[in-house]
Amino acid sequence: MTPTKQELLDLQFVDARHKLIDLAAFLDRIDRHPGEPDYRMEAMKKTLSILLSDRPDRARAVLEAFSDHSTEPIPQAVFQGAFGAPRPA
Amino acid sequence: MVSRTTDDYEMLALAGCEVLCEPAFWAGFDRSSAAGFYDYFRQLTEYEPKRAAKYGIKHYCWLCINPKEADDPVFAREVMALIPEFLDCPTVLGIGEIGLNKNTRNELAIFEEHVQLAVDRDLPILIHTPHLEDKLKGTRLTLDLLASFSNLDRNKVIIDHVEEHTIAPVLDAGYWAGMTLYPQSKCSLSRAVDMIEVYGPDRLWMNSACDWGVSDPLAVPRCLQEMKRRHHSAADIQRIAYQHPKQFLSQSARFQP
Repeated sequence: MTPTKQELLDLQFVDARHKLIDLAAFLDRIDRHPGEPDYRMEAMKKTLSILLSDRPDRARAVLEAFSDHSTEPIPQAVFQGAFGAPRPA
Repeated sequence: MVSRTTDDYEMLALAGCEVLCEPAFWAGFDRSSAAGFYDYFRQLTEYEPKRAAKYGIKHYCWLCINPKEADDPVFAREVMALIPEFLDCPTVLGIGEIGLNKNTRNELAIFEEHVQLAVDRDLPILIHTPHLEDKLKGTRLTLDLLASFSNLDRNKVIIDHVEEHTIAPVLDAGYWAGMTLYPQSKCSLSRAVDMIEVYGPDRLWMNSACDWGVSDPLAVPRCLQEMKRRHHSAADIQRIAYQHPKQFLSQSARFQP
């Protein structure tokens, strides 16, 4: 039988609360420290409104917001890793 | 598990693991010669099976040049030329983990050549999808490339590291989908169970990342605990943990569960 909302909250609310506070603290930390605006923070701020929406696929929407939506393969890799949000062209 | 200590084999054995498969992957730094890969393929086919066997675990592997080192096509083809020598080893299941990393033209060309190699030999294929911001585009390019192989048996292909934005197109196209469990950066235990609930268990499996970065070989047993906490039946847990990997891997003539 599928767990109820109450059961899931009992299991996971404190963990989700912890993660949300950690995100809030991260935003405070970035604001508090010197440096130029960064595309990753802009990308993150754009996803926050998704969390408040009523759609049933918020995780998917957040992942899509953090994704490169170009369609053609690039000529060559200039680095091997990934940064979590597409770099501005 | 070339990146892990022997303790991890022991922990897996204690958790009830009897069989594992390890893809050829990026070791955290680029190898400077094809000879480095020759040694690596020997390690995967000779040494790791013996190391795992000490703990009663059967070790299988997949072979390829991984996409992170495949952007130099001359080098990649040197490495690919070594692969046929190892394909008859008794623990080699197929070709993997191939695919894309930064979604380059050269990665795509080498990916295509690997798929052709697998099709020519009727081998299963394990496909890596890119990280973070590159995953959506890389998955789309992967599906486009695979669609160009008219004689590809989609049931013999698993596309790995799916997340909520890539799982549906992979399953809709008829491939298996792998959820790679990571403590950070990729799919968490809770999200994997969410995907099982939302998309259903068909053609889904989960795997523990056991690489050189922050990863947890016991992620699969931990995720099975998460399924139990969320009232999934013992039969459903058994299906994901045992029957699905067995069903997919049994398509390799080498696999002996």
